[in-house]
Amino acid sequence: MSDIAIRVEGLGKRYRIGRQERYRTLRDTLVEGAQRTVRTIRGWLSRDGRREPDEQTIWALKDVSFEVKRGEVLGIIGRNGAGKSTLLKILSRVTEPTEGWAEVRGRVGSLLEVGTGFHPELTGRENIYLNGAILGMKRAEIARKFDEIVAFAEVEKFIDTPVKHYSSGMYLRLAFAVAAHLEPEILLVDEVLAVGDAAFQKKCLGKMGEVAGEGRTVLFVSHNMAAVQVLCSKAVVLHKGQVVYGGGAEGAVAFYLDSFVRSEVDPGSFAEQCSGPVRICSCRARSLGGPMRSNSCLVPGYDGAIEIMLDSENTLRRFSAGFSIRTANDVVLTELNSDELGVDLGALPRGRSLLVITLPRVPYTPGTYALTVWLRDCARNFLCRVKDIRLDVCQAPIYGTSCVDHRFGLVAVPGVSMRLELPAPDLD
Amino acid sequence: MAVVAETRAPAEATPVIRIEPSRGWVSLKLRELWEYRELLYFLTWRDIKVRYKQTVLGAAWAILQPFMTMVVFSLFFGRLARIPSDGLPYPIFSLAGLVPWQFFAYGLNQSSNSLVGSANLIKKVYFPRLTIPLSSVLAGAVDFALAFALLVAMMLFYGVRPGWQALWLPAFFLLAFVTALGVGLWLSALNVEYRDVRYLVPFLVQFWMYATPIAYPSSLLPEPWRTLYGLNPMAGVVEGFRWALLGARTRPGPLIAASALASLIVLITGAFYFRRMEKTFADVV
Repeated sequence: MSDIAIRVEGLGKRYRIGRQERYRTLRDTLVEGAQRTVRTIRGWLSRDGRREPDEQTIWALKDVSFEVKRGEVLGIIGRNGAGKSTLLKILSRVTEPTEGWAEVRGRVGSLLEVGTGFHPELTGRENIYLNGAILGMKRAEIARKFDEIVAFAEVEKFIDTPVKHYSSGMYLRLAFAVAAHLEPEILLVDEVLAVGDAAFQKKCLGKMGEVAGEGRTVLFVSHNMAAVQVLCSKAVVLHKGQVVYGGGAEGAVAFYLDSFVRSEVDPGSFAEQCSGPVRICSCRARSLGGPMRSNSCLVPGYDGAIEIMLDSENTLRRFSAGFSIRTANDVVLTELNSDELGVDLGALPRGRSLLVITLPRVPYTPGTYALTVWLRDCARNFLCRVKDIRLDVCQAPIYGTSCVDHRFGLVAVPGVSMRLELPAPDLD
Repeated sequence: MAVVAETRAPAEATPVIRIEPSRGWVSLKLRELWEYRELLYFLTWRDIKVRYKQTVLGAAWAILQPFMTMVVFSLFFGRLARIPSDGLPYPIFSLAGLVPWQFFAYGLNQSSNSLVGSANLIKKVYFPRLTIPLSSVLAGAVDFALAFALLVAMMLFYGVRPGWQALWLPAFFLLAFVTALGVGLWLSALNVEYRDVRYLVPFLVQFWMYATPIAYPSSLLPEPWRTLYGLNPMAGVVEGFRWALLGARTRPGPLIAASALASLIVLITGAFYFRRMEKTFADVV
């Protein structure tokens, strides 16, 4: 029993829709109460046994179970809204589950509340004590680590200045320094909520690796698959509040990348997304040039094409098409309609036809992306839309020598160059 | 909140926290509150530190407010309306009521908005939520001390010497504190769900002030109505202060007993209501 740090059994959390965002006024309650009464009376009158659903609810988490051993680094991956943050909130006791239970052994600290509880009017010194106390540190403990925290944050000179005069970088560094020195047995990290620039996020990850190296337990929520693979030994994949995969980090990442591009449609069932007379039968991406002509992926820096096979039951006089390319993080890289391109696709004939989207000098760094394709009628209503088709961009030496990936950004700029101009020209 | 059992495993002495849904009325978990006493200290200290930041007069406000109110009351109620003051000089009679009243009004105001004001904390970190309204009432003690100094100065000026009854003073202060906290707990928890409270509080404070014998003595009422009047706990506090400090001849025994009872009921029900609503704070606030 002692080597289990976290055990989660059948955990579920239900939210009433709309309830989290807006608060109720007394009037709302009165109005709802009146409506309910009217409904009840109407129910009696019509002698209809059926009860209307009271309120709409969603399960942010449903039947989630897993175990984390002491010293293990568990990655939690999933799309936006999969319930990752809700899970961390429950484990950090901020909110209560609706069903199920969890058992947590040891002090829980989290890097999701960096800077909460800082008061702008108080000095750095005062905020360290205040924030430390909020995070659950004893005063003696803070005093002991005080110098270390200040040194880590690099704010020695301004320690007696109110933090409202700090630069945002200093503010963040100080906030992070306090959270990082909590030394919890179990650390919860939500990278999605982590604020700050890349350097700061790198610092977060570094600290996390350090904590993991000391044999403490870490739960790591991230969209950064590379980081999950490097830092985590195991991972669970959440989808719509449920654990759809649990196991080794490599396997989980592979599963996630696979599922995020196939999560809405089963392979071969493209047609299900279309209610009208048009179907999207298949879709593939291929490279039109480059060192390796590929029929399954795009190559950065070289022309590529996305070919979509359409099948129409009857002739459509006017239609338009569009597509979007998103990252695993739901960042939209490109979204275009034929209308915006000024392209008139003409009529769509009965039977099969091939829609070809050419992408000159593919500007994406290697990785897996999600492609969404749609067709619209002349009134811009969707005839057909297929979401999350897997779109691979292959590894290729974009910048001459080295292979790059997402660590070098999402956008590749083929042909970018640098040179030194000597003697320096006068720019004025 | 969610934690039902917190036991210590004997071998490694790491706390085991069990997280599960709670139903209905839950325990107050005062022991945990005690473990977080340092947080309570820091939150109170923060409220005190921040209170008069960026003001010109600073802590002088704590003295000016009761003093100016006393002047206005003395002019209108004492001089013009000739309201009786139990045989005491009217200014000091009203000030002895205003000083504990302002502590109460401040505590009520601050605590009722405290949870909503700490929304970012509540949504991100776990700690016993009771510390939030508790610290905002406690922070008023500094203002009270300053105002009390004014009261002592006025007593010296008027040559009023307190007798042995002054020993009771801490008890009356505690009564004011308990009342402010009890009402504050109710209102802060309600405010999370119903923001109407924000608009209700200023009105409530004003209304309550006129319902409390600050500008007039409770001895205007015959028994048993005077004792019944004690169901407003602040009536007990104000009359208690006057009796303890100024030696007002009208001994308010039964009235104070009624007040103590009423304020205890408010505190206990408020604390349980607060704990019951606590589990939804992070989702609703």
